Amino acid sequence: MNIPRNEILTLGAGLAGAAVLAFLPLVTEGFWLSLSVNIMLYAAICTAWALFSGPTHLVSLASAAFFGVGTYSVAIFVDVLPFPALILIAVAAGALLAILVGLATLRLSGVYFVIFTLGLAELIGQIVTWVQTNFGGAIGLYVFTDFTETHLYWMLLALTVVVFLTGWLVNRSRLGLALRIIGNDEAVARHVGVDTARARIILFAVSGAFIAVAGAIMAPRYSYITPDAAFNPMTSFLVVIMALLGGTRRLWGPLVGVVPFTVVMDFISGHFPNQTAVIMGLAFLAIVYVLPDGVTGQLETLFRRRCSLDKSSLATTAEEGR
Amino acid sequence: MLILLTGLLLGGTYTLIALGLTLQYGVARIMNLANGETLVAACFVTFWLYTGFGINPLLGLLVIGPVAFVVNWLIYTWLMQPLVKRAKNRGMLEVDSILATFGLLFLFQGLMLQAFGGSYFNYEFLAQPFSIMGNSFGLNRVVAFVAAAVIAVSLYLFLYHTDRGTAVRAVAVDPRAARLVAIDVRRTAAFAFALGGSITACAGTLLSTFYTFNTSMGVLFTMKALIIVIMGGVGDIRGAVLAALVLGLTETLVASLLDPGLTLAANYALFILVLLFRPQGIFGKRPA
Repeated sequence: MNIPRNEILTLGAGLAGAAVLAFLPLVTEGFWLSLSVNIMLYAAICTAWALFSGPTHLVSLASAAFFGVGTYSVAIFVDVLPFPALILIAVAAGALLAILVGLATLRLSGVYFVIFTLGLAELIGQIVTWVQTNFGGAIGLYVFTDFTETHLYWMLLALTVVVFLTGWLVNRSRLGLALRIIGNDEAVARHVGVDTARARIILFAVSGAFIAVAGAIMAPRYSYITPDAAFNPMTSFLVVIMALLGGTRRLWGPLVGVVPFTVVMDFISGHFPNQTAVIMGLAFLAIVYVLPDGVTGQLETLFRRRCSLDKSSLATTAEEGR
Repeated sequence: MLILLTGLLLGGTYTLIALGLTLQYGVARIMNLANGETLVAACFVTFWLYTGFGINPLLGLLVIGPVAFVVNWLIYTWLMQPLVKRAKNRGMLEVDSILATFGLLFLFQGLMLQAFGGSYFNYEFLAQPFSIMGNSFGLNRVVAFVAAAVIAVSLYLFLYHTDRGTAVRAVAVDPRAARLVAIDVRRTAAFAFALGGSITACAGTLLSTFYTFNTSMGVLFTMKALIIVIMGGVGDIRGAVLAALVLGLTETLVASLLDPGLTLAANYALFILVLLFRPQGIFGKRPA
């Protein structure tokens, strides 16, 4: 494989950064560590979300559904299978759900997809509640493991690294190219022979599987799993806000939104729990009216304008010198 | 029989909600996901007027309808028109309007949560039995159905038998061609958006007479309205009416025969059937 030099440098820097972050639990604990777990959780989910929604411009609200499916994969089988096997089940369940949703909606225009994912988490939550009350006895399942916050943090960090590597590989592959064409102009994509529905479904499955794994990793933290908590629709909306605030043009764009917004939301939900909806509303409006390309996109545009300004001023001095 | 009639009565209110949304999406091209919050806000205002001032909800319609019209007009001209202007194609407008109306959804929901809290509300209005074909129903449900039918029929007459209504339908078919025959597209779109909001608010007022409501149920109703609109075909009035009745029936059937906790699942089952077999709507023609 022919990899350009600057990409190798970025890759090295990213891995080095991840290695440094891995030492965090050794120097801190308690509140800061649990906040870091949250940040790492959203870093993984938002980057996975942007893998699909970035190039295709389809706003997926299915994150909470994938997350819950992952959590339940652990909750159901935790007493009979080792944890790595549970992760694999989460991968399979997340991908399967994504493929089913994709088959129903991704062959049609984008709006159907958004609407379908809007109620998806609530739907699965309802079905799980119904099954548990009618066939399972109690609502809720216990998950007891020996994992501490440190273990969760390391697993989520590893997941984030894997998501980034996957994103990088997808970008370099034919699939990534196909998706970029679809995102820019679907008619063109179809004319050059891209199977648009298939490309979207594959990537949606990849993205969904990662989010399900994040849900599986978080299951031990809740210890008592209920449908309402596992399939909380707020997760989906927070993911969309964070990823779009950061910007989805670059693979690392969502990270720029995740870190500050997780801290802000943690503060708000701790001190003013009734204001979270208002803050989320304002964040959505800010994304649309102030930062349509996210912080990273905005900076990039500014930077480019600056460069072209410099060039044009250079040109005028050259003219004057002549 | 009881189930059938209950379903039909519920479908009447659903029709109005969906008609509001189909005007906003079909004509003004704004996918308004805050539609359900308009509905919930109307529920609370009706409750407040009735319990605070003793104003009959049916008279309340005369206040709430026009107020919702003005508020939605302002929302369209201040918040949506900039998006319409900047959008390069319909897909971009769709994404922008979805995100912007999410913003409104949470903003309104948050404000209502602060004003009224998260608990469930209801009030007693015409809570007496009324018998149709040997079965007794709440009179409030029957009155709500009749009022919804009156509003839906007047909307139909307006759209199909007046010049203004014809202009609205022309913009729904093709905004660019509408301009060629001297229709002020921007004004008509704003008008349709405002009218849609007003109709949804009326649906909220009627719903509150027989339904227990709270601040966070808006999204569920938006979801129902969206499914009805898609099932009936975007911009199709007859389709929306039929689809709303089907949805009301299916919900009542599932709730009374299986489990009331599965109504959303019933909605989704219909949605999936529509997506798989008739994504263009019940009366829609397959695009060439």
